[in-house]
Amino acid sequence: MSIDRSTPQLGSLFQELILDHYKRPRNRGELEGANAEAHLNNPTCGDEVRLQLRVVDGVIEDVRFVGDGCSISQSSVSMMTQSIKGKTLDEARALAGLFTAMMHGDADAARDKALGDLRVLAGVSKFPVRVKCALLGWNALDEALKGDVA
Amino acid sequence: MAVVQKELDAAAVRGHFPALDQRVHGHPLIYLDSAATAQRPRAVLDAVVGFYERDNANVHRGLYELSRRATEGFEAARGCVARFIGAADPAELVWTRGTTEAINLVALAWGWANLREGDEIVVTVLEHHSNLVPWQLVAERTGARLRRVDIDGQGRLRLDQLDELLNERTRLVAVGHVSNALGTINPVREIVERAKAVGARVLVDGAQAVPHMRVDVQALGCDFYAFSGHKLGAPMGIGALWARRELLEAMPPWQGGGEMIDTVELERSTWAAVPHKFEAGTPNVAGAIGMAAAAMYIESLGYDAIAAHEEALVRYGMERLGAVDGLRLFGPEDPAERTAVFSFALEGVHPHDVATILDAEGIAVRAGHHCTQPLMRRLGVPATTRASCWIYNTTDELDRLAEALEVARRIFA
Repeated sequence: MSIDRSTPQLGSLFQELILDHYKRPRNRGELEGANAEAHLNNPTCGDEVRLQLRVVDGVIEDVRFVGDGCSISQSSVSMMTQSIKGKTLDEARALAGLFTAMMHGDADAARDKALGDLRVLAGVSKFPVRVKCALLGWNALDEALKGDVA
Repeated sequence: MAVVQKELDAAAVRGHFPALDQRVHGHPLIYLDSAATAQRPRAVLDAVVGFYERDNANVHRGLYELSRRATEGFEAARGCVARFIGAADPAELVWTRGTTEAINLVALAWGWANLREGDEIVVTVLEHHSNLVPWQLVAERTGARLRRVDIDGQGRLRLDQLDELLNERTRLVAVGHVSNALGTINPVREIVERAKAVGARVLVDGAQAVPHMRVDVQALGCDFYAFSGHKLGAPMGIGALWARRELLEAMPPWQGGGEMIDTVELERSTWAAVPHKFEAGTPNVAGAIGMAAAAMYIESLGYDAIAAHEEALVRYGMERLGAVDGLRLFGPEDPAERTAVFSFALEGVHPHDVATILDAEGIAVRAGHHCTQPLMRRLGVPATTRASCWIYNTTDELDRLAEALEVARRIFA
């Protein structure tokens, strides 16, 4: 049997950091005093994410999520919460744009240091059927930040 | 008919399916998703291409040679598929796009005409959405009520509960012959007997049965039998509804258009005789011819040989997959009660991740809810991974599946 983590494609998908976030999700749970939230699911595969944010003076003071699904959807939202906490709404939206571009195969976006650790998810773009998994949390963020957020 | 083989020659059978002869991500394709759709044998592909190359014309209208041939091929295909499932009369077989459309036909044509407020429709928790949602729609519009039969811990229908649910208000029992998600073979004859005792009609969703076992609709005693071509090697977009002739004759049409009429005036029309009353518009002629070719192909292998081959796969697969650490197999424990469908959870690895890891090895499986969300909730899982076999699969392939699953466990350990 030849496959293992060294198989190039699979290796780029199931990286250590991704599996770590899947097994030990960060910022998981209910957020008290949340003033923005969204609940998204993917009807074809059943993945779901509920994202809650506390936004004060245009800054994301805190963010939590609960969810259920595959390693890609859950690690992506976990990593997202880390990278948007403390950011302004504009910064978070810019990050979302950059991440989405990376998922759609934009090589410049994938090299952008602003994405930080999120760049480990770049390999997902090579698995077209899994891109929607990685974007689930980010789509929830987009949904939550629609309309009037303080 | 050709001499029926006692045993399947797996290598020869595989050679009949051009799509199996390819590499995926550098590995020989292992196709374990036949419960979603089967691959097509050369005989079917040739029949479809042959129709388009030689006989292509619209049916039931042209007065020229090609149209005559097309009509003859189309109606001969009906006779062939009707015989294939033991129908007494080709006119009892209505062509549809597939099982889903066949069930919707019954829900709309029979359901609307026969269901009233307070009537009851019995379904089961095993049903594919296509044998559940049409009944929800018709129940909503007629005021009928849905009742549901549960399963036991092995994914078998609880017939004791069926007995409790059946009463004089029960108009219809809608049940799958074989569960697409678990492979459970349901005791349809017994269910029909019990339903008949209270005067209820029975619709059987046979999509997952016809590819694997000889179906005799008269012996089953049901009223409606719906099945698809694409699960038995025929093209996508063709399927059939079988119903007893007097039922079809009493049912109003469900779609209007050409082909289904007798005479048309501006205000009103009269209908063609069955089965054409239910076949508005230009039919899928090539599909019907392809479905007949698939039926003949299956008969040339012989259902006894198919059953023996698949039973060996069930037994081997249950043991081999059952030995994978952390794997929980759903469905009946007795191999005799299931088809070669292996639906499972792998501890610590989400089904989609399992499917991606298997795909990298050239192994095609389905991961998800299998269009059975109520069943997934009943099992307490968001989704399962499903490996489903047909005539061309081998025990070697199940070995490779098990090995790849062990790798998945190691990646996520």
